[in-house]
Amino acid sequence: MATGSDLSIPFVLTRLLHGLAAALAFLAGAPVAAEPAQRVLSLGGAVTEIVHALGQGERLIARDTTSSYPSAVEVLPDVGYFRALSPEGVLSVDPDLILATEGSGPPETMAVLRAADIPLVMIPEGHDMSAIRAKITVIADALGVPDAGAELAAQVDAALVRAIAAGRSDTPPRVLFILSMQGGRIMAAGSGTAAEGIITLAGGVNAMEGFEGYTQVSDEAILMADPDVILMMERSGDHAADDAQIAAHPVLGRTRAAGAGAIVRQPGLLLLGFGPRTPEAVEALNDAFRKARS
Amino acid sequence: MAVADLAGARLRPVAGDRDRRARRVMLALIAVLGAVSVLSLGTGASGTSLWAALGKLARGEEIGLREEVILFDIRLPRLAMGAMVGAALAVSGAVMQGLFRNPLADPGLVGVGAGAGLGAICAIVLGAALPFALGDTLGQYLVPVAAFFGGWATTILLYRLSTSRGRTSVAVMLLGGIALGALAGALSGILIYMADDAQLRDLTFWGLGSLAGATWDKVLVAGPLIALALAATPFLARALNALALGEGPAAHLGIAVQRMKNISILTVAAATGAAVAVSGGIGFVGIVVPHLLRLITGPDHRYLLVNSALLGAALLIAADMIARTVIAPAELPIGIVTATLGGPFFLWILLRNRSLLDL
Repeated sequence: MATGSDLSIPFVLTRLLHGLAAALAFLAGAPVAAEPAQRVLSLGGAVTEIVHALGQGERLIARDTTSSYPSAVEVLPDVGYFRALSPEGVLSVDPDLILATEGSGPPETMAVLRAADIPLVMIPEGHDMSAIRAKITVIADALGVPDAGAELAAQVDAALVRAIAAGRSDTPPRVLFILSMQGGRIMAAGSGTAAEGIITLAGGVNAMEGFEGYTQVSDEAILMADPDVILMMERSGDHAADDAQIAAHPVLGRTRAAGAGAIVRQPGLLLLGFGPRTPEAVEALNDAFRKARS
Repeated sequence: MAVADLAGARLRPVAGDRDRRARRVMLALIAVLGAVSVLSLGTGASGTSLWAALGKLARGEEIGLREEVILFDIRLPRLAMGAMVGAALAVSGAVMQGLFRNPLADPGLVGVGAGAGLGAICAIVLGAALPFALGDTLGQYLVPVAAFFGGWATTILLYRLSTSRGRTSVAVMLLGGIALGALAGALSGILIYMADDAQLRDLTFWGLGSLAGATWDKVLVAGPLIALALAATPFLARALNALALGEGPAAHLGIAVQRMKNISILTVAAATGAAVAVSGGIGFVGIVVPHLLRLITGPDHRYLLVNSALLGAALLIAADMIARTVIAPAELPIGIVTATLGGPFFLWILLRNRSLLDL
């Protein structure tokens, strides 16, 4: 029985040996799985996008709630939010490979999945160019298509380099990313966020500084920052604020961005996913920033 | 003890029928708990069948690793944890309502809920800032351990605040509990403000409660604590019955009122602290289960406490079955299930029995 209490010495030793063997194989660059996985569970929006971009979409059998692109994946069973997975829910879709974005959990669930001997590959998270390349490489290796991975990585790299070059300017715009605007309170992106990452790639500067993560900011701080561009996620429901709402806001309405009508909305996953579509996101922002300058 | 027997005897003539009824209800609840447990082992997001696996084991065949993990590492610890947590919350509620002689009392009132919540939030938000080695060692146990100590520390603090010259004032404790709860809420607010996006999600899920993180380790750590606390409650039954007459009369009946308060509070703090620590914030069970049983079998704690444990366990196991199957392969936080199903049901019972409701 593979219960947690069953920690006999032979059991522990075999586990250690298995782990050691796997580590050695990994260091040697040898493929760990002999048979390529055919029932892949993807956890994380960008991970799912990369699997599809590698042309391996038909191997996906389930996804998490954040995987919404391409639309073909929406018919797949949804195992829930990737940080709050249920172990039996994951096992019930019968995966033979799990591609899990960094932060997937809870740890208890991940421990059970490891006990069930399902190959689990963690995909690193990050908000810059090298992070995208790393994600693609890890996923392509796990799926056994390293050549397609190298090709996709090169392609995305090249597109990204072009998009970044196109966005370079002597007067980088100051961009305010608004995560949500409920009841007039503004949640903005500080340093170390995916939003700041994409703003930087697109040749802008995060207008908010001095705090990390997403936080509620005071009206005065926004007035002081006086952004050239306001960036938001395109989504339905009460998070989105339309242009009229922004113009009517006592502070946002007085910013340079609102005066020039430089309010940009992009789909959240495209903007913050840091997957194969990031060059596309950078281009979209470039256009918007250019309009804001003129 | 002889005088304490008198306290029981005083109730007996009034509650002659109720005695028989309460015993029948107890037997029925044992049967229900057994049935729900078996059902729960056979139900889940995957089609794994308990009977098929048991049949294979009986014939001496091997069962697959995945089946084994689902039955013995997922469903069984979950069943055990559901039973433990349900019983702990329901019995704690019954004891608190008896002790405070207040139908609104529940474990949340002595600060366990708010304190445990604060502990959990500290662990989730500040845990990332721990020195790497320490955070790694504690790992998944950081949140439960912090929640337990948060709940325990708040309760002890409240107890010290409301006790002077060896006498605990129930009124001070009730009001102090509300004040400490508000304070813990404010401190939690500060941490929530500091939390990042992912941590906020974790906090929300913790607050809604779940048995999805059930592991044998948690069962083995929280189980003995809860079992010990629950084992102490039968000794409180007669004292709680006498206390229904008021503190003075209870003392005249020979009840060591202060000692009984001490035991009650320690019991509730241990049982609820452990339950909340492993399952997060599951509301509602502590209020509904005891009241439901009072309506059926009357206020006699000799039956109320045992029946609360049985019904609480059965209820939570059933709620968890719904939580993990209704939107499979994803699952609902169990607190949502207990509140959406239990709320209207409890209201309906209340409205039907408006004139009968009594402590």
